[in-house]
Amino acid sequence: MDIMSFQDLFRQEATRREVLTTGHVVPEPERCVQCGICSYNCPIGIDVRGHVWQGRAVKDSHCLTCGECVARCPRGVLSFQRTNLFDGRTK
Amino acid sequence: MRYVIIGMGVAGIAAAEAIRRQDSTGEIVLVGDDPHGFYSRPGLAYYLSGELSDRQLFPYAAQDFHKLNLRYVKGRVTRIYPVEHQVDVDRHGRLDYDRLLLAVGSTAVRLNTPGADLEGVVKLDHLDDARRIVKMARRAKTAVVIGGGITALELVEGLVARGVRVHYFLRGECYWRSVLDEEESQVILQRLQDDGVRIHFCTEAAEILGKRGRVVGVRTADGRQIKCKLVAFAIGIRPRTELAQAAGLDVERGILVNEYLQTSAADIYAAGDAAQVFDPLSGRSILDSLWGPARDQGYAAGLNMAGQQTAYVKSAPFNVTRLAGLTTTIIGTVGRGQDEDLLGIARGDSETWRQLPDAIVAQSGFDVNRLRLLVGEKRLLGAIVMGDQTLSMPLQKMILTGVDITPIRSKLLAPNAPIADVIADYWTQWRKEHASQQ
Repeated sequence: MDIMSFQDLFRQEATRREVLTTGHVVPEPERCVQCGICSYNCPIGIDVRGHVWQGRAVKDSHCLTCGECVARCPRGVLSFQRTNLFDGRTK
Repeated sequence: MRYVIIGMGVAGIAAAEAIRRQDSTGEIVLVGDDPHGFYSRPGLAYYLSGELSDRQLFPYAAQDFHKLNLRYVKGRVTRIYPVEHQVDVDRHGRLDYDRLLLAVGSTAVRLNTPGADLEGVVKLDHLDDARRIVKMARRAKTAVVIGGGITALELVEGLVARGVRVHYFLRGECYWRSVLDEEESQVILQRLQDDGVRIHFCTEAAEILGKRGRVVGVRTADGRQIKCKLVAFAIGIRPRTELAQAAGLDVERGILVNEYLQTSAADIYAAGDAAQVFDPLSGRSILDSLWGPARDQGYAAGLNMAGQQTAYVKSAPFNVTRLAGLTTTIIGTVGRGQDEDLLGIARGDSETWRQLPDAIVAQSGFDVNRLRLLVGEKRLLGAIVMGDQTLSMPLQKMILTGVDITPIRSKLLAPNAPIADVIADYWTQWRKEHASQQ
């Protein structure tokens, strides 16, 4: 691995951590078919599917941003995005 | 005001939500004969593959129904009287309505191969079907899957995940020929073969063989016999139009509705799989069998029923699915022609995908990350994104809003063009330029 790609990797990892700490799980509702895999795999039982149905980001204070729902969704509905806590919309 | 909604699928529920949003006091009566009520039909695939428990398939909890303040009548509507504004409900008698919604869905086309009524011949159309397959897969070592489209692959992959050896019959040499191109089909079929699926090209089932009423094998048209205990089929769906037809409503392949989801009879609306919706853009009436449009149509129908005139604007059809483990997004117009493995439309399908005007195909990528674009004169007409989904959202927006691609058209059509990079760069630039309008 050359130095450039190592730096890229480091930057990617730093960005990933930043998103995990400052971001929320944000849905793209039109991709969703309400199968419920997200809620099923949430370790603390957040109704992720319900958020998607209403087109809302998961701003539950209990959300660990562990990424289980994002990774398990078979249709790529969910992603981590930095969100503005105060206006309720994704940036 | 009494609103009667027939059907408890996503179109019916979305209509109830829209009505309640507009009218807090009107009476909403939901009539349905599905013992399971509202559940995610597309989610059955994930239940079959073992990624999900069947208890998880229900998006609505009791309090969600409570919030809508609706009356549920469990029963089957046997007749509609459009002039009298009444419906007959089995075992409940006659019910008056002011506005009626037909959100009755669609049903799987039956296999008419001899032996199709044997025990062990299954479809994936309903939660009961999925439960039956899960139960049977415990005993069956081998299964034959017949058909095309998304549902056939859901059956193949679900059975493989449950340890069943699967023989997949295709009438031709490609999978889902009407939507995928040859290479895409090849990618999918190769991945299935890598998972141990035995694919039988140019093969048709001539007879399902049985013993004491149960499946023991399949005889093919060219005389081969394959032993199996399970035969699963997915050869298309048919909108449920019987009620509408009997009531004298205009029906083609589905129940015909205008852009306000109104049928030919006063105060009767239709939405979802059962509806054949007028699309002002193409001037044609189109069938979709997709969760998203069903929800949108149901919602628009509900608003119209409650007096807020709202046209249903058909957007570019869009579906995300997983084909042989590859997340695949299909947007706009991507394919052409007929599919010999399907009769009519398949679940997760839209007729728009095959209404191909003159478009040039540009492609890039390899095996698991593939991108195919259908490039029109000034805009993108369709896209298939397989594997990496980074570009699916930008492409969806570009196709949906008809973004002018004149500046990049020649780049996209250049031989061996890095089309993913061209799109990504153009999208970034386009968004910056249009940020103030978004």
